[in-house]
Amino acid sequence: MTVEAAAAKIREHAAAGRAVRPRGGGTKLGWSPAGEAAEDLDTRGLDRILEHNEGDFTAILEAGAPLVEAQAAFARARQMLALDPPLGEGGAATIGGVIATGDSGPLRHRYGGVRDLVVGMTVVLSDGSIAKSGGKVIKNVAGYDLAKLFAGSFGTLGLIARVAVRLHPVPSRTATVTAHTGDPDALARAVARLAALPLEADCLDAVWDGEMGRLALRFGSSTAAEQARAAAAHVELGDVAIDEDDTEAWARIRDLQRAPGGIVLKVSGRPGDLPAVIRAARAAGGTVVSRGALGLSWLALPAGTPVAPIREALAPRACTVLDGAAGVEEPWPAVDPGQLAVMQRIKARFDPARAFRPGAFVGGI
Amino acid sequence: MYVMTAVPEGPTVVPGAPQADASPRDLRALVAELRAICGDEWVYTHEHQLRTYESDGLLQYTAIPAAAVLPGTAEQVRDVVAACARAQVPFVARGAGSGLSGGALPVADGVLIVLSRLKRILEIDLDNGRVCVEPGVTNSAVSAAVGPAFFYPPDPSSQIVCSIGGNVAENSGGAHCFKYGFTTNYVTGLELVLPDGEVVQVGGFELDPPGYDLLGAFVGSEGTLGVATKVWLRVVPSPETVRTLVAFFDHTRQAGETVSEIVQGGVVPGAIEMMDEKAIEAAEGTAKAGFPVGRGAALLVELDGSERECDARFEEVREICERHGSDDVRVARDEEERQRFWKARKAAFAAMGRISPNYFVQDGVIPRTTLPEVLERIDDLASEYGLIVANVFHAGDGNLHPLVCFDGSVEGQAERAEELSGRILDVCLEAGGSITGEHGVGVDKKRHMPKMFDEADLDAFQRLRCAFDPAGLANPGKVMPTPRLCGEVPGIYRQHPLEAAGLADRF
Repeated sequence: MTVEAAAAKIREHAAAGRAVRPRGGGTKLGWSPAGEAAEDLDTRGLDRILEHNEGDFTAILEAGAPLVEAQAAFARARQMLALDPPLGEGGAATIGGVIATGDSGPLRHRYGGVRDLVVGMTVVLSDGSIAKSGGKVIKNVAGYDLAKLFAGSFGTLGLIARVAVRLHPVPSRTATVTAHTGDPDALARAVARLAALPLEADCLDAVWDGEMGRLALRFGSSTAAEQARAAAAHVELGDVAIDEDDTEAWARIRDLQRAPGGIVLKVSGRPGDLPAVIRAARAAGGTVVSRGALGLSWLALPAGTPVAPIREALAPRACTVLDGAAGVEEPWPAVDPGQLAVMQRIKARFDPARAFRPGAFVGGI
Repeated sequence: MYVMTAVPEGPTVVPGAPQADASPRDLRALVAELRAICGDEWVYTHEHQLRTYESDGLLQYTAIPAAAVLPGTAEQVRDVVAACARAQVPFVARGAGSGLSGGALPVADGVLIVLSRLKRILEIDLDNGRVCVEPGVTNSAVSAAVGPAFFYPPDPSSQIVCSIGGNVAENSGGAHCFKYGFTTNYVTGLELVLPDGEVVQVGGFELDPPGYDLLGAFVGSEGTLGVATKVWLRVVPSPETVRTLVAFFDHTRQAGETVSEIVQGGVVPGAIEMMDEKAIEAAEGTAKAGFPVGRGAALLVELDGSERECDARFEEVREICERHGSDDVRVARDEEERQRFWKARKAAFAAMGRISPNYFVQDGVIPRTTLPEVLERIDDLASEYGLIVANVFHAGDGNLHPLVCFDGSVEGQAERAEELSGRILDVCLEAGGSITGEHGVGVDKKRHMPKMFDEADLDAFQRLRCAFDPAGLANPGKVMPTPRLCGEVPGIYRQHPLEAAGLADRF
């Protein structure tokens, strides 16, 4: 499959008034409501790694490349794309799907999100035009940054066909500080204290499961263990431990961002919201994983949990339903009418044919 | 491209500068409205007052607006923009005017909205790592307000004067962005006045607001999508320690190889800056940092972060420098010495005046690994044109600032220097790079845009512009290589004045 072939197909569908839904590995199809009937546009034929510029720490990938395969290729040069969301069933998540959904994992603490790591993008619009923005260098301010607009757009503006990304070195060693508490406020205080220190940690997550909270602080560098020991002195919680064999533990934390068959609610909050987020999740019998210093939390809830009371408890923070969105009345949070009007105008300009997932995005876009 | 040269006397007409109309319009009614909004004393219409604003930091482009208005509140900005929209008069927002691409060049017969009075810091919340400021606050003032425990990483070299609003418009970088990122990585919210006078808040304190990433679209849009009146910024804890060294080499190739090996080994320096022989000579003449004149290259490497990691890595960096042929590695022993190293680096642009009457500052980007070839091509081009080119770069991210020296009093030399400067961008593009890393496209580089982007790409850019500004009133004539109009928006069809005058085609 080529980008040109995808473009021809899109143009044909749009001209005939048929809608399309770009899809990659299919691990997040349940995120966002289905919207109007749309035919799947499978990107898995677009799966090549076009460039891996080792010396420049950049790569250009086709959207359908599985993230796990791309990472394996980068790892051969001891490099990584610092995007570590859960990869879904069979590890099938593609780079395009991760970008389109704006998904991220614990490494976001240090490296930022999708929007911070994509340096260029080629998209296909509903008239079949193939347009690129950005480039393949990490610093570049020529033209509008359309890659950011398409990141997290859930396939509603066009097809993400190719992306250029910035890579980072794989740390030579890692070490993780963990600590426990049964008190949400104490957990939030511990996170806040660490967040205010110049630690240069890779990850800082707070986890809540059942009656117990856990703090996890990961370092990645040649001196990771020493850094972890020094940071542990600032953790005023119980059971402080340092683990240098921490890969599995982080995989488990990452898994808390997904709830197959259940509901995952993502909260765009502030670090200080953590106790309220934990209480809301607890009341509903759910778990929490929070990028503590960033104020982003994922609540994994049992199937059928009513979302409205949680939204009410956390208002005015935006709460988006990811897993289980199709079965929820209002998966997207309300967007301010002024902002929504701008988004609608963007949709109208980029996809005047309404060929890309009509009705699937915020405000019925 | 930044030119240091005398400003010609008298009014200058820039060919191709955007005009609101084919003929000058009577803006008296609009000016009266602006006076009613902001007060008489904050609306300038006399030529001697307007001349202050005829250029930004790029002095070879000048234009006199019909009026310059200095609103004192975000509400006044909104009312000014709304008045311009009703009158269908183009407007340009301006911060400190330190931009280097002509992005804040006024539109002749348009309105210039000067935001320098909006300089309040509205909120500091270090518990959540945020500040909220007005757009006229200077870049340095943000770090000063949250320091010393926290700082605001983007640090353009004009940071003492440049404004956050301008940084947002240009997506400003600086010496430390290889490690820390750019303005766009730090803006979490904006209050915007859209070009029709509507006010919207996008983002805010929190990350990942639902919907399209309007922040990402707006930051770096060079004033063409509206005016920011409030900016929420992420600030981060100041590093525990900073270690700085400068190493001298016989040849830039050795310095380039050193950069590659440092980065390849997994070290992410806070800053990594290179100067070539001519830049060293000029900088040393001004800064007197004790840099050896005549050496081929200087590499300034700064590591910051945790004490342990810096200690371990700093020795590695020193060894790498020596292995690649540096016999002169100097480690800053204290903050004073560190400042002296930086002074030499930062003086390089201005110091060029010592070795040349005039010069252009170019801003191109290349993949870092192509540095040796690109430098050779630039050398060859300089010889071909018989001009001197000095080089200063942010070596970590491949952002080059070649300084093309010329003598404006020699007939034709400025033109040749400008042509050479453009050829250097061609070299950057051929290497897989970009026409601008941090100065922006503005009016200066729009003619180079088609070399980097084809019609379909520019067409997609225009879609974004039209979503925000269908009437084309916000900073027209910048970024896009040719004037483009927006297609129909639902409502009554009105012919655009540019279209009526036959100056533009409908997009």
